[in-house]
Amino acid sequence: MQQLIAFIKKEIYHIARDRKTLLVLIGMPIVQIALFGFALSNEVKNTKLYVIDQNKDEMSVRFIEEVQASQYFDVVGYGEDVGDVDRILRSGVSQISLVVPPSFSSDLRHVNQANLQLITDAINPNVAATINAYITAISRDFRNTEMGDLKLPYTINVETRMMYNPQLKGEFAFVPGVIAMILMIICVLMTSVSIVKEKELGNMEMLLVSPTSPAIVIISKAIPYFVLSLLIISIILLMSTTILQVPIRGNIFLLYGVSSIFIITSLTLGLLISTLTNSQEIAMLISLMGMLLPTIMFGGFMFPIESMPKALQIMSNIIPAKWFYYAINDIMIKGLGWSSVYREVLILLGFTLLYMGISLKKYEIRLS
Amino acid sequence: MISIRNINKTYGKKGDITALSNINLEVERGELYGLIGPDGAGKTTLFRILTTLILPDSGSAQVMDYDVVVQYPQIRKIVGYMPGKFSLYQDLTVQENLSFFATIFNTTIRENYHLIEDIYVQLEPFKNRRAGALSGGMKQKLALCCALIHRPEVLFLDEPTTGVDVVSRKEFWEMLKRYKEAGITIFVSTPYMDEATLCDRIALIQEGKILDIAKPKDLIEDFQPGVFAVKTAEMNRAKNELQSLDENVEAYHFGEYMHVVTENNHLTPKAISDFLDKRGHQEVIIKRTTPTVEDVFMNLMKHASTTTT
Repeated sequence: MQQLIAFIKKEIYHIARDRKTLLVLIGMPIVQIALFGFALSNEVKNTKLYVIDQNKDEMSVRFIEEVQASQYFDVVGYGEDVGDVDRILRSGVSQISLVVPPSFSSDLRHVNQANLQLITDAINPNVAATINAYITAISRDFRNTEMGDLKLPYTINVETRMMYNPQLKGEFAFVPGVIAMILMIICVLMTSVSIVKEKELGNMEMLLVSPTSPAIVIISKAIPYFVLSLLIISIILLMSTTILQVPIRGNIFLLYGVSSIFIITSLTLGLLISTLTNSQEIAMLISLMGMLLPTIMFGGFMFPIESMPKALQIMSNIIPAKWFYYAINDIMIKGLGWSSVYREVLILLGFTLLYMGISLKKYEIRLS
Repeated sequence: MISIRNINKTYGKKGDITALSNINLEVERGELYGLIGPDGAGKTTLFRILTTLILPDSGSAQVMDYDVVVQYPQIRKIVGYMPGKFSLYQDLTVQENLSFFATIFNTTIRENYHLIEDIYVQLEPFKNRRAGALSGGMKQKLALCCALIHRPEVLFLDEPTTGVDVVSRKEFWEMLKRYKEAGITIFVSTPYMDEATLCDRIALIQEGKILDIAKPKDLIEDFQPGVFAVKTAEMNRAKNELQSLDENVEAYHFGEYMHVVTENNHLTPKAISDFLDKRGHQEVIIKRTTPTVEDVFMNLMKHASTTTT
């Protein structure tokens, strides 16, 4: 016990005295949350729109005002000639041109139907599709308000309800993702590097020639990082609930409980990496390339797993972060309870046991 | 106390790099035993085998009657080990390092303070300084403190004086003498031949082979060849010319002089001075001198290489 306390104290000194690393560890989640929250977003807002109004009557002006009024578009210029469109797109003045044909209002009045032309820069297909959807929605609303309740035969109206995230806020998806990613970095990277560092600097040589058991060395490494990880989760949750207004709908204790299990899984993974390598660089490389990158790609929070080829979907099952992401999403955003996350928790525990087993088997009681 | 029998160790994928070949030696209880040899002779490998850090390919070794392969946990409790490379925590202070190592050996600084007192008083002014910021000599003193804090039965010191200034080296060896008197067996390695005379017994090691084991005094007394200290205005030329004088003559730099060692007893100071005069050397000084451990080592090395090739 005395030994364990001495080791933990030593570990805390290491962490606290390496100011730069500590600053990065605490600063990284804050910067990421701020970045994702305010700068990076897959919502399309304030798209520059170039309008070619060939109709030019009171109705077409009203329609363009409607488009302008939405937060999605900024009208940056007006033209009359459809031939301008190509030049405008190339010059980068706007990514999208809206052409209102001369017969717009008369068609709408007489045939109840009018055509608009939308010319978009589709280099990014997602943006183009989103813009298209916005314009379609605006024009439908416009028709409905202009024409009132028209009794049209055979219309199907799709009423979509966005469950759990009615405003389609990107934050809802990335806050759990950022938590998973940060925990992966701190727990896997930091533990593996800090154990390998002891090997590299020769400290391990001294520790081996002593009555200490390997278990104490390892547990003492894990405890401070466990506490640090919980602290960082708290920072992320605090920031996301206050600044980004992402709710925690489920039980907060369950959230911390599941997070703790994921932290332990990641710590054992870090330990496993440290037993397999002898240099800090390689440990870092394995942690980043071998662990962090798959976590981002197959964790489910950047790219939806459902749309991946079958082989990759199966592969994504071996990424612990994916299960954690599912569980934390269920708890935080959907507000579900224990019964809906126990499967994920069991899988994470399985990973932990597997990693622990391999590392104990591989743990060197001598210098290699 | 320590007994080593037919230890072999090779490195490399095919085992083609021989680190130790057929090592045999015995260290008695309470001895200050020196393992003397140049860099790359296999000293560190032997230390790591004895401290249970690596396994020998063949042969056996015991420390305090415990086998280094099977009974390694017992050995790890009773030995103090100071690796050749500074291995304490650089970002921990002197005080923190010492109390950490005391705790992991289930003891306290206070319990064994009398053992380390002499060194610790020198470290005391720097006790809140981080170990990484200490001077070379201070680092070694701290490492010795940490290796001693649990009052080990055997102390393994791997090149403790490498990279340490002359004064600190001298102090260091005086401390070792005191620990020896306190009943601790000390096994120490060094590349410095002049430190050999401070040991009770020494083993000379070169390219993984033990060349000789003896008391330093006996080693010198039993040395047959004549040794002359020679100085001239042109040392390098004189050295090369003397070397070609006779196949039994060896000449090498030794401080400001060079030592001329000859197994041909007919070679007298007169003969050397005539030889040098004939080649136009100025300011020639020649005197007979008592051999040192280095002379013995050079001689043994020469014989080892002529017998193997």
